[in-house]
Amino acid sequence: MSTIAALGRLRAAATGYAQPAATVRHRHLSARPMVLVPYVLAGEAFAPLAVLVGTDRDRPHLLAVPQPRDRDRRFAHAAELAGRLLPHLGAFAAETETIERRGDDPYERSLDAPQVLVPTAGGIEYLRLLGRSTRFRRTDGEFAVPAGVPLLGRWSTWLADRAGVPGSSVLLAMTDLLTQAWATGQSAMEDGDLASLLAWIDPPAGRRGDEAAREAEGGPTAGPATDPAFDERLVPLITAFDEAVAAERESDEDAARGERERRAEQAIRDALAAELMPTWDRMWRGVDLLSALPAGASVAGRWEADRASYSFFAADLADPESRPQPRVPGAISAAAQLAGRERAQARLDAEQVRDDPLLMAAVRLAGEAFRGELIAVDAERMVTEPGKKTARPRPLLVFRTEDEPLFGPGTELACVERPDAKARVLVNEPGRMELELFGGMGGGKAPKPGSVPERGEVLCWTSLIAEFRRSPDWPAVEDTPWTHGGPPPEPGSEPDSATATGPEPDDDALEEWS
Amino acid sequence: MGTTGTTGAIAGRLEQLRGELPTRNHNARTVAALAANPGCARRGVLDAAGIEKTVLAERLGFPARYGRSPFAIGRGNVFEARVKADDGRELRRLLAEVLGADPDDGALVDVDRGGPTGPTARPGREERVARTREALLRAASGDPDACAILDHPLLPLDVAGRRAYLEPDAMACRVAGRLHVVEIKSFAIIDGSADPGKLASATRQAAVYVHALRGLAEELGLDPESVSTDIVLVCAQDFANRPIAVVLDVRRELATTRRRLARLSGVEELFAELPEGLTFDVAEERVGAAVARVPAAYLPDCLSACELALFCRDEARACGTGGDVGTLGTSVRGALGGIDDIGTALALADGTRAPEPGQEDVARLLRRAQALRHEALGGVG
Amino acid sequence: MTTAHTRAPQGDPAALAAAATAAVLADLGSGAHRGVVVDSPPGAGKSTLVVRAAGELAASGERLMIVAQTNNQVDDLLVRLAEEHPHLPVGRLSATGYRLPPALVGTSVSNAEKAEALDACAVVVATAAKWALVQDRRWPWAIVDEAYQMRSDALLLVARLFDRALFVGDPGQLDPFATVDTSRWHSLSYDPSQSAVVVLRRHNPDLPVHRLPVSWRLPASAAPLVSDAFYPFTPFRSGTGPGERSLRFEAAREHDAYDTVVDVAAGSGWGLLELPARFTGAADEEAVRAVATLAARLLARGGTAVGERTPAGVPLDASRIAIGVSHREQRARVESALRDLGATEIVVDTANRLQGREFDVTVVLHPLSGRRDATEFHLETGRLCVLASRHRHACLVVARAGIPELLDAHPTANPVHLGVPVSFPDGWEANQAVLAELGRHRVSLTP
Ligand code: SF4
Repeated sequence: MSTIAALGRLRAAATGYAQPAATVRHRHLSARPMVLVPYVLAGEAFAPLAVLVGTDRDRPHLLAVPQPRDRDRRFAHAAELAGRLLPHLGAFAAETETIERRGDDPYERSLDAPQVLVPTAGGIEYLRLLGRSTRFRRTDGEFAVPAGVPLLGRWSTWLADRAGVPGSSVLLAMTDLLTQAWATGQSAMEDGDLASLLAWIDPPAGRRGDEAAREAEGGPTAGPATDPAFDERLVPLITAFDEAVAAERESDEDAARGERERRAEQAIRDALAAELMPTWDRMWRGVDLLSALPAGASVAGRWEADRASYSFFAADLADPESRPQPRVPGAISAAAQLAGRERAQARLDAEQVRDDPLLMAAVRLAGEAFRGELIAVDAERMVTEPGKKTARPRPLLVFRTEDEPLFGPGTELACVERPDAKARVLVNEPGRMELELFGGMGGGKAPKPGSVPERGEVLCWTSLIAEFRRSPDWPAVEDTPWTHGGPPPEPGSEPDSATATGPEPDDDALEEWS
Repeated sequence: MGTTGTTGAIAGRLEQLRGELPTRNHNARTVAALAANPGCARRGVLDAAGIEKTVLAERLGFPARYGRSPFAIGRGNVFEARVKADDGRELRRLLAEVLGADPDDGALVDVDRGGPTGPTARPGREERVARTREALLRAASGDPDACAILDHPLLPLDVAGRRAYLEPDAMACRVAGRLHVVEIKSFAIIDGSADPGKLASATRQAAVYVHALRGLAEELGLDPESVSTDIVLVCAQDFANRPIAVVLDVRRELATTRRRLARLSGVEELFAELPEGLTFDVAEERVGAAVARVPAAYLPDCLSACELALFCRDEARACGTGGDVGTLGTSVRGALGGIDDIGTALALADGTRAPEPGQEDVARLLRRAQALRHEALGGVG
Repeated sequence: MTTAHTRAPQGDPAALAAAATAAVLADLGSGAHRGVVVDSPPGAGKSTLVVRAAGELAASGERLMIVAQTNNQVDDLLVRLAEEHPHLPVGRLSATGYRLPPALVGTSVSNAEKAEALDACAVVVATAAKWALVQDRRWPWAIVDEAYQMRSDALLLVARLFDRALFVGDPGQLDPFATVDTSRWHSLSYDPSQSAVVVLRRHNPDLPVHRLPVSWRLPASAAPLVSDAFYPFTPFRSGTGPGERSLRFEAAREHDAYDTVVDVAAGSGWGLLELPARFTGAADEEAVRAVATLAARLLARGGTAVGERTPAGVPLDASRIAIGVSHREQRARVESALRDLGATEIVVDTANRLQGREFDVTVVLHPLSGRRDATEFHLETGRLCVLASRHRHACLVVARAGIPELLDAHPTANPVHLGVPVSFPDGWEANQAVLAELGRHRVSLTP
């Protein structure tokens, strides 16, 4: 961690109030995000218990499973959730713009895309598992599920996959968003608790953040794992529900049928609502705080990538030939995923520091950037470089700076304020930096007008230069080399293969959960 | 209560610290947890004395917020029973799959079943240890009637001179002349991967069993290497209840366990620093002061690893001027060049305090960081 | 150490090495395997093997491609190839703007940007990144050098170019790294973030694996320690015996700690310059100055390195000294300090980038020096292994006191992933072993 970021935490601890960790918001924030607060049953691989969901802070929808171990109820719950989510997720696909690409066909990109906000990183994992457990379900045959269920699985999988791409904003955890913007006086681990994190940032009137955070600890959890103490209260309620169901199966009195069950279910819903609502309110409070921050200059550019991904995915869904995402990626797609994420990370790192003087301050402290005033310019300077016949314009720039960059002669630098400019270090002395400009001046004999900075300009230069790396040409799947196991078997030919993609019954379709 | 291996003086000292406080017997989880914060003298002393830290935390007014969900406990029990049902049918299939063991060769013997008073009575601990030893000997000697799977074996282990009893879920006894520890956990392996944290804690616990078993083997004059460092972990597969087994290499964790146990036996050094006559068995309002006499090393990781964490956090936040930097985590601490006090670090950054000898470099760093932060925040940071 | 160590191979090192090489070449020649893996500890004659194998394959009329990881490694190999096989037509495939280094001008090595231009060459050498761009060509044989440093996704991009391959590398060095979290791929047998060899062997468990048993680089003072600490299950020995190499310096003039530790290292092959215990930030300015000063002093002392290849002795100039650090920022600071001392020609680099390189004397800033807390990064076995095994004569370590205490207090909580082989020994034990040795060659520096 940079000492600059560390000072933020120290100051927060000393004052009792959260401190800025960024001067801008580095993620896109939708005008109408879908907020999702999930709970799952403890001890199971994945048994949804409840969600609060909606796009209107005043109208949360509670979906609850009174007996999460009951397979039918689980899928009924998934269908209900699909009913809430799918219309929203699909709503942005229709309005598009045409994007031209060099050397490739133009494509359609939606003008906007959905955004889902969950409380913590656990919520992202929830969507991944939801996707994994529903996208292979069949809508016909013995274990048929409602049509929305596998579709929800594919959308959830897309969201969770996309969330792993650095800088993406389609699925975000509120704790991540808040900790990017603010530093608290507690540890990163404690910041994982939305209640205490938000208490530091936005304490109730008249309270200090540290006090509010301590009081918030141990309250209802933001999930998806429930609080064991809450589970103790839930056990008798679920037992009562099971008994009601059993009793009614035996009774033949039509009039009373369902009434006891309904009451037992309502008791469970009430308990869940009470436990989930504080988190719902915090989610929206977080949205308010974040929307008050200006977005970083590159945020819109990264959101374009999300919109493109959304359009591609929506188009793929519409194709009747398309199949759900495989259980695990094949060798080629795994490599392509890793490479894509590394490219996104490099882009994000470079863009964030340029957008945000506070992050750039850490780069300056580490000696990889400096900011200074241009005190002398020789715009006419020409240099004939070794191996070249003609002299090229190489204007000389002399800066005064209090920073202490660690550049050796020859280090290449990029400029924050003048993104096209490229310069090389000639002399690095305490307080003084001499650069020669070698790029961003056009190809002519003299620099393009306005391309040479003028005396008095205050500029920031850094040696962190994001190289644009083209995505490599991966081999086709059927050309997977022997070093990596050779081509995978045709989907479906080997039902047990890890790379099989076809919708097939899972084991848990065949058995009741314990 | 055995006090083997510890000198009388140490034992006396531990007893004095403990007084009438409830003690706890170590189990695999607590032994594995010894590695969680080895730099903490407080924890070292409490663990060596075998004090039940949950009770101590309550007396301190900072009850630990641990607990397992009744749903998770229920599911874990059901799963284990299912794996072992029908004379271990599923378990045999899994062992055959991952170790190549012959599934039908030999019995499943439940060490925990059948006491001196009848087939359904539960035997005592020493009885179970004796049965485990016997089974071990027979397996090692290649006895054709030796059992294939030992259910609920009980292993003795000396932890800082106190005898602890460890209970692995099962042992596979006859695979190419080697013994394999079997751990049954109900968490899921989905598409070949599982929660790395849960896997790590299962691995650490299994390593404690391997360590104890090797000790037992040695005691019996057997080759300790006959206890394999490859353990079998049985988990639930995907979203179903069907068990799946994987083999895990616990050599790394075994080395850690050894180091930590050795350190715990070196507890004498810790005592040298403690005031004479110190005991934690005092009236509630004085417990805090007594515990505070033993230096702690609080870090946020304590919150998930030690029952005393809330007490120690409170103490660390209140110490010095502005609290201990460790409360903010090791990455913050690492950026401050050894300044451990929040107030001091800020005063150096603000230039309101002159650096002491040796602090000049870090003071300069802090002042530059503060100046840059101030500039970036437009003069308000 | 708690592990049961295997004993280092005994016997005449030249014979041992020759036998190992012969076995590799026999496996290659037999045509029975699609691939052959050779594990090579530091300085065990990996390049010699590559050059010999290239010669044998070329002699049998087989065209060969060689994949290296960095441009430096490509050039080093080309120099060796041109020396050993002066008449062999060798091609270097390179990026725009590359020019052959002086040592290769006038040799049988030709340079081109396109593979088509090198079709007449018996051997073509390029970096993995450059090979990834080649289309429509196929070679019957490839040699993949530094294969443990190569990520498996890079192998995926070039494996379509060859039928069979020899994979050579050092398993004890740093694993390849990624800039994003890679845990989601760990359970895959073709995990793209794993090393090329790990993935190759998971899919082809029957490939023969050979091991080179002799380090020609490490002196007799270093091979046993490096072998014990980092290769406990695959030991090796040094090619030279005690006393076969020596390092002489002119008489000391300052008679300070720097001079003393230089003399200690000249005598024993190891030196520890210990600064007083103190926690510091990532950039410990005092330690940085000490590292730069020590390197500059090595130069100023006018050293002579005498060895089996240079019995008359060669002057220890800047090109024979390197400084190893852990972080980029440390490198920048040491470079800046060297500029102040006028010793800019000395190579300073991070452990990652020193892999595969060799010097007469190295100065190392210990990864754990001055740290408040150890981290997995700083404890990583491969990092220390790289830093402690680059030298032919001596390795001088600069560190603050207190590292053993730091190791003792380090909480151990490594996450575990299914399907990922455990790296063993862990950094903790390797660090202890190295510290124990260094402790015998300690000189205290009180600034
Ligand atoms: S919580 Fe306290 S006693 Fe426990 S390990 Fe941490 S500092 Fe030590």
